[in-house]
Amino acid sequence: MEENHVGITVEVNGRAHRSTVEPRTLLVDYLRDDLGLTGTHIGCDTGQCGACTVIVDGQSVKSCMVLAVQANGAHVRTVEGLAQDGRYHAVQQGFWEKHGLQCGFCTPGFMMQTVQILEDNPDPSDEEIRDALEGNLCRCTGYQNIVEAVKAAGATIRSGAETMAVGTGVGA
Amino acid sequence: MAVASPTRAFGASIRRREDPRLITGRGKFTDDIHLANSATAMFVRSPHGHARIVSIDTSAAAAHPGVLGVYTYQDVKGFISGMPCAWPTTNTGDTLKLATYPPLADGKVRFFGEAVALVVAVDPNTAADAVDLVHVEYDPLPAVVNNEAAVAPGAPLIHDSAPGNQAFRWSLVGGDTTGALANADVRISQTLVNQRLIATPMETRCAVADYNPASGEVTVWVTSQNPHIHRLLIALSTGIPEHKIRVIAGDVGGGFGAKIPYYAGEALCIFASKELGVPVRWSESRSENYVATAHGRDHIQHVEVGATKEGKITALKVTAYASLGAYPSTAAPGVPTWLFGCIIQGPYDIPNNEVHVIGVYTNTTPTDAYRGAGRPEATYILERVIDLVAAKVGRDPVDVRRLNFVKKDQFPFKVANGTLTYDSGDYELTLDQALHNVDYTHLRAWQEEQRAAGKLVGIGLSSFVEVCGLGPSSAANAMGFAGGLYDSATIRVHPTGKVTVFTGVHSHGQGHETSFAQIVARDLGVKVDDVDVIHGDTDKVQHGMGTYGSRSAPVGGGALRLAGMKIRAKAQKIAAHLLEVAEEDIEWVDDAFRVKGSPDKSKTIPDCAFAAYMAGNLPAGVTPILEEQHWYDPENFVYPFGTHICVVEVDRETGETHIKRYVAVDDCGEIINPLLRDGQVHGGIAQGIAQALWEEAVYDENGQLLSGSLMDYAIPKASVMPHLELGHTVTPSPHNPLGVKGIGEAGTIASTPAVVNAVMDALSPLGIHHIDMPLRPAKVWAAIHAASH
Repeated sequence: MEENHVGITVEVNGRAHRSTVEPRTLLVDYLRDDLGLTGTHIGCDTGQCGACTVIVDGQSVKSCMVLAVQANGAHVRTVEGLAQDGRYHAVQQGFWEKHGLQCGFCTPGFMMQTVQILEDNPDPSDEEIRDALEGNLCRCTGYQNIVEAVKAAGATIRSGAETMAVGTGVGA
Repeated sequence: MAVASPTRAFGASIRRREDPRLITGRGKFTDDIHLANSATAMFVRSPHGHARIVSIDTSAAAAHPGVLGVYTYQDVKGFISGMPCAWPTTNTGDTLKLATYPPLADGKVRFFGEAVALVVAVDPNTAADAVDLVHVEYDPLPAVVNNEAAVAPGAPLIHDSAPGNQAFRWSLVGGDTTGALANADVRISQTLVNQRLIATPMETRCAVADYNPASGEVTVWVTSQNPHIHRLLIALSTGIPEHKIRVIAGDVGGGFGAKIPYYAGEALCIFASKELGVPVRWSESRSENYVATAHGRDHIQHVEVGATKEGKITALKVTAYASLGAYPSTAAPGVPTWLFGCIIQGPYDIPNNEVHVIGVYTNTTPTDAYRGAGRPEATYILERVIDLVAAKVGRDPVDVRRLNFVKKDQFPFKVANGTLTYDSGDYELTLDQALHNVDYTHLRAWQEEQRAAGKLVGIGLSSFVEVCGLGPSSAANAMGFAGGLYDSATIRVHPTGKVTVFTGVHSHGQGHETSFAQIVARDLGVKVDDVDVIHGDTDKVQHGMGTYGSRSAPVGGGALRLAGMKIRAKAQKIAAHLLEVAEEDIEWVDDAFRVKGSPDKSKTIPDCAFAAYMAGNLPAGVTPILEEQHWYDPENFVYPFGTHICVVEVDRETGETHIKRYVAVDDCGEIINPLLRDGQVHGGIAQGIAQALWEEAVYDENGQLLSGSLMDYAIPKASVMPHLELGHTVTPSPHNPLGVKGIGEAGTIASTPAVVNAVMDALSPLGIHHIDMPLRPAKVWAAIHAASH
């Protein structure tokens, strides 16, 4: 092992990875560059924008504010792990159906934060949703359809309905 | 041109075809591109707003392990000596002074963040370490950041080639404004500031360049709104033959105008890749984006108004000092001139008006187009003027708008300065709809009750028309734009009837992969799911001019419609032949060619495509394969319009503004996808509200950018954005092939003055008539405090 490199083991979307990283490596850079999981994005350098939001040990975090070495031994969930068994997560489906994304750059961060919101509060009000999304910035949507997407996702989860299969078209 | 009524495709609120990859994290944004053996480029940037470069010592950086090269202007100038300006605006007499814009500073830095040296290393961490090892000695110079101060005597000279820091003088005149002002019963003078903004797309700028020395070809992935323009400018500025350049703008995370320009970032990645023989990648950090990516707006405007006692505006004179920043960016000179001055009278019949623009250089980041680009700057003037006139003559601002509107029967309407002819419009229609939606009469009654209870509540309107759908090439050329503004579509119907569309415009959030599929689905009778829309790759797509100026639907979509009609025309011949009838005996009904009187005898476009592929049984004169291409040069711009109404309460104790209601009624002609249309309006309004209340790029007197990150530059969060109530009317554009008018910028153009007018209305009982944007709580509180003493 190189000088000043550290060995870590991180489980990401259910798969264990053993890596050596510099101590200064951010979790977001580890995910994107070392593991090739480029779905998590970088939108700022001050921890404001939330594009890098992932879930670490059941808690949404900004992965630009976490060192990879801090994730040693942790379970990490990224956007790539949302769809399961060939079906979209309710959150993905909500964002799709309600036009909760335009350029899509902030979207993985919003979706991961939304997973957290709905786990904590399965039927949030508009105001609760907007407050809980304070740490995620979007420049395209004005947030209105994101709020609708979160509500739709919540409704789907509460109903227990099956979600769309990955590969479904737009139906027109 | 008559437009078919909406079917299952065109006009439907369908979810988007591009979303599956974006919601699964499989988008291909430029920073996601990883080529083997790539090196990372990073820039050393100036910490001074204005300084001479005394020396640059790159030796320690160059010696650092893992560093492949360190370059200054002297090293790169043989490859690229200056960033080109593609819009040397006309109508400036002999006053236009376009300063040279070196890709790396040449002896002097002129703005905080200007690139001084390029470091290329094996990985980002090494590059970052090496940037810190480059030693630059500066001799700071006095800086100037205020637009009027920059052209005042004694200001520090930024460019030897631009005496007095003046970039140009530009004027448009209509009627006799001097005479009308002199004769006016009512005279108003007002200075307005349209503050500098930072576009802040969530994706910063990135580039990857891969130069192949054997073939002389280079592939450049870049966050561009207009890949073909990038390709042409790369060819012109570097000498690399145009046909050997491939530009790929894949998934791009928002643009808003800031990703139109050709920047040194991508140019120098190409340089480094050529030098080093490896792919070179570069990604801006956000703080870097804030200094290195073009800013928007930045006018100081002096306005003089003449009106009758009834509030009819007879004269409008605008003198605007517009900052280009330290250097002229790619499209910059056209923004505060043609895109601003042409529409200076907006939706109002003002027979005498003049606009004079003084373009200035300041020690600030170069400016360029930012959502609305010139049109918000004009609309803000008009809507504040209407309210100031209404206050002065004691009439409801609604009535003053009505009085001044261009009337429904005046179209086509030629503006007083002669530059534009509005094709169609009905400004009272959207005004009335907005008043209805907000329940205006009850609202004013509610306001009276609230005022009696001591609350500061206000109602603000904004009525606008804007010019977009850029545009007729003859107009573009006349304005000095170094290109036409046509656009293109190729429609390829495969033998099995699936369709691929190649469009010259670019989607960085607008959803063209869906809306354009909807156009084709309607015109060719195929499923939206069976139409793939390809954009952004100059190897795949025929020449196009990209996306900005709300041009994608009118011009890109227009080209697509006309290409579709070419497909239909060829397929009709084939269908008639296959059905063994004359062409006059078939008609296009319910997504197929059908024999008149025997509709079951039919052929679909896929049927015709297969026959065209087989090619053995085609009518005389018809060639194999069903594929058509069209370049569409619009005969006019398009003119979306509307009225927005904002209701606010201002907190006396804190100066904070709370938006209680926001109602928008927009008319963009025919609507391809209402869900996408609404999304564009939501996003546009958010940016416009933000200009009114929160955002401002702030420089200190030394040219230091104080608002240098998201900690200090307040883009809106979900918790501060109000719920928006949208409505629409449909007044089709008579000349556009789809009847559409463009909607991407309208929300931004309308909203800023709606909010400012509302706050001023709230404060009017205190005798406060104007406060400059952004209406931050401290500023508003200070005005309230001063007014009550």
